[in-house]
Amino acid sequence: MKKLLAFIFAVSLASVAWADATLINGAGATFPYPIYSKWFDEYAKMNPGMTFNYQSIGSGGGIKQITAKTVDFGASDGPMTQDQLNEAPGRIYHIPTVMGAVVVAYNLQGVKTGLKLTGDILADIFLGKITKWNDARIVAENPGVNLPDQSIVVIHRSDGSGTTYIFVDYLSSVSPAWKGKVGKGTSVNWPVGLGGKGNEGVAGLEKQTPGAIGYVELAYAKQNDLTYAHMKNSSGNYIEPKIESVTKAAEGVSIAPDFRVSIVNSSNPEAYPISSFTWLLIYKEMDDHAKGEAIVNFIKWAITDGQKYTEALDYAPLPANVVSMIQEKLKAVKY
Amino acid sequence: MRKDTSDLVFKYFLAVFPCLILLLVAGILYQLVSSSGLSIHKFGFKFLSNRTWDPVAEDFGALPFIFGTCVTSFLALLMAIPIGVGSAIYLAEYAPAKVSKVISIFVDLLAAIPSVIYGLWGIFVLVPLMRTHVQPFLGKYLGFLPFFQGPNYGVGFLSASIILAIIIVPFIISISREVILAIPSVYKESSYALGATRWETIQLIILSHAQAGIFGAIILALGRAIGETMAVTMIIGNNPSITSSLFSPGYTLASVVANEFSEATSKTYLSALIEMGLVLFVVSIVVNALARLLIWSVTTRESVTV
Repeated sequence: MKKLLAFIFAVSLASVAWADATLINGAGATFPYPIYSKWFDEYAKMNPGMTFNYQSIGSGGGIKQITAKTVDFGASDGPMTQDQLNEAPGRIYHIPTVMGAVVVAYNLQGVKTGLKLTGDILADIFLGKITKWNDARIVAENPGVNLPDQSIVVIHRSDGSGTTYIFVDYLSSVSPAWKGKVGKGTSVNWPVGLGGKGNEGVAGLEKQTPGAIGYVELAYAKQNDLTYAHMKNSSGNYIEPKIESVTKAAEGVSIAPDFRVSIVNSSNPEAYPISSFTWLLIYKEMDDHAKGEAIVNFIKWAITDGQKYTEALDYAPLPANVVSMIQEKLKAVKY
Repeated sequence: MRKDTSDLVFKYFLAVFPCLILLLVAGILYQLVSSSGLSIHKFGFKFLSNRTWDPVAEDFGALPFIFGTCVTSFLALLMAIPIGVGSAIYLAEYAPAKVSKVISIFVDLLAAIPSVIYGLWGIFVLVPLMRTHVQPFLGKYLGFLPFFQGPNYGVGFLSASIILAIIIVPFIISISREVILAIPSVYKESSYALGATRWETIQLIILSHAQAGIFGAIILALGRAIGETMAVTMIIGNNPSITSSLFSPGYTLASVVANEFSEATSKTYLSALIEMGLVLFVVSIVVNALARLLIWSVTTRESVTV
């Protein structure tokens, strides 16, 4: 009996010690999950006593949970709408953490990576207006490339996804027809095409279907050796999607102070046009002093020292102008 | 019979469990109806006849999804019943006991494979096969039928139905075999003694005795087919369309909920997705009831003639 009491005593002591550690709960986007877990891991190594619990349940879930205050921070691939911000019980800040890109991948025998496409052509393909690979408009952009007389099979994501949001956000910004007929969202009413579930579903259909065109995250396209297009940006340059050209999308362009900004079709002449931020969502006024302080310190680290982990995971780091804007913004956070 | 309080206590204690099941069903129904209130209020019965599913414009309709769920489940049953019941009869009546046992182990193994594995197999094996061989063949020889026309992507209603059939066949085989084995051998022996052939014995004795059990197996399989989500969504092409062509991509109720729920942000959108769950709930109840009615009418007629 004495032994048992001693044991219970020891366990309760241990749990008190546990309670001392700061546990930060977060939930949201799946797209940045690999880099976030890397950050949480590295940061916890440097700061014993800090534990992160991040559930990648999707951007929608992240927005819902931060609004309901069931988590300490949310994460989203698309900015919250004004309606959603009004619903929240306090002021929510959007903090960009890394950048990502969506690439246009295709399966055309004999055509290597680097087919040149414009936003207009891409929108018309996804609207079902261009149906053949040897359409005069595609041929005009690609002199010397032998384009087959083959039907285009459009492939899109069937699950709601931040990747889709970035892609249709781009199509909406370059094509008035797309904006009017389809619009942007994490899921849309696709005019044509097959839906694949997840990046792996799109890539699977893509690899097997001759004449397929679809979109996947940059990291996914690289790791799976998909062939992908170079996109014409707003300055008329054809840009290969890679880490440097993605970072350029936010460099030297004017960024709204609340960061709820779309950087697709960036005005930077070296930018890859289908690029985007992904955001952490935090309250401007945090209820819990210890947690608030911990989150702000973590973000400060993530946007500076933490950025060195991005490239190995195929994310693009934030440009310096954005980092200094965030640092300024974090000063306003109260805890 | 001796009366005892412990008997009574045990009886009422046991009665709690089936009541829990009823409560569970009622609870699910209540939750579905109350959470989809916004969408029910906004779209009314038009929800069932509307063909559009547009999360951006927030215009939602379930018709193509109901169509997809019914078509794939029906086709899957059409393929699975002959294979399933045929295998069960062979395993129970013809195969040597050892062979029957070994095959049964494999059948049970098939039933335990998670559907996402079937889905992956579908993407990498079935879909290319369908695109390069099966569908061109069907289009060439049966292309005069509206079912086998149109562009051939590999994914679509037909491939999804085949995957579903593969998923539900083990259920039909396993249960039907058990039911057939449970028929007292005295019946079969009497039949043979009267000079019946094996075929006549199967037809008159085995099938008529086992039919209730076999139909039970089919209903269970149907329920599985209606609700199957992951494998179907990986194969069906996820495009809400209503067409006569089995080659064309489609969508099902369960798939759209699984696909879009996690990223649904607006209230109407969420509510519409939950109403899809409600529709799926109602569709499974209606289809089940229809299947049961059909079976009752068949079984009573059979028992009169036998």
